Amino acid sequence: MFSLLRISCRTAARRALGPAPRRGVSEGAAGGGGSDDGAGEPGGATRRRLEGLVRKDKVVVFIKGTPAQPQCGFSNAVVQILRMHGVDNYRAYNVLEDQEIRQGIKNYSNWPTIPQIYFDGEFVGGCDILLQMHQNGDLVEELKKLGIRSALLDTEKEDKK
Amino acid sequence: MDVPTAALVKDKLLKGLEATHVEVEDITAQKCSTSFRVLVVSPKFENKPLLHRHRLVNACLTEELKTIHAFEQMTLSPEQWEKEKAQ
Repeated sequence: MFSLLRISCRTAARRALGPAPRRGVSEGAAGGGGSDDGAGEPGGATRRRLEGLVRKDKVVVFIKGTPAQPQCGFSNAVVQILRMHGVDNYRAYNVLEDQEIRQGIKNYSNWPTIPQIYFDGEFVGGCDILLQMHQNGDLVEELKKLGIRSALLDTEKEDKK
Repeated sequence: MDVPTAALVKDKLLKGLEATHVEVEDITAQKCSTSFRVLVVSPKFENKPLLHRHRLVNACLTEELKTIHAFEQMTLSPEQWEKEKAQ
């Protein structure tokens, strides 16, 4: 399963390189080539806006691109993992479409990279963490706490003989 | 700021996290820009949830992460590492 995700990460990354890259190639805390909001807290308004966004839905992800067309290998991995678990009514925000969100969410969670995953308004981590949670079974448990039954539970029943 | 090298990242992790084992893979060729995949084994990770572990690593590399484009990390306690190796 892990190797499948790796292949698709690279494939998605290659696809993402196709169209002309946006200004902000780097996802470091400085947000790439130009504007650096500084290491400080985002303005109150941005913070409140983000707080609202992460709390609005049970599962919220900030990714590059959309679930239908992820623009980055890691973002694609997140989308695929959620799909595997049958989580389809989550909220995805495309950071490439909104610079305020793109930089603001990194300051908000004090986390330097995209994608970012939130469960019930709480920051869970990035792609690595979601992948490890998926592999060690924690994700099924966390989804259960949200009242979401993972599709993999049904698949497992079929696999066990 | 100079782009960090794998050697520098490894050194920082070894020292900053009292790591017993560190592997740093420069995966820049697979990505748009400077990118690393790291494995860190440290007693500091024991009994810490994943997010906490990753934050420790991020804190260790605060400066470097400003210029690194993509970063993957796997964080294991020494016990978990032994199990991993045994597989």
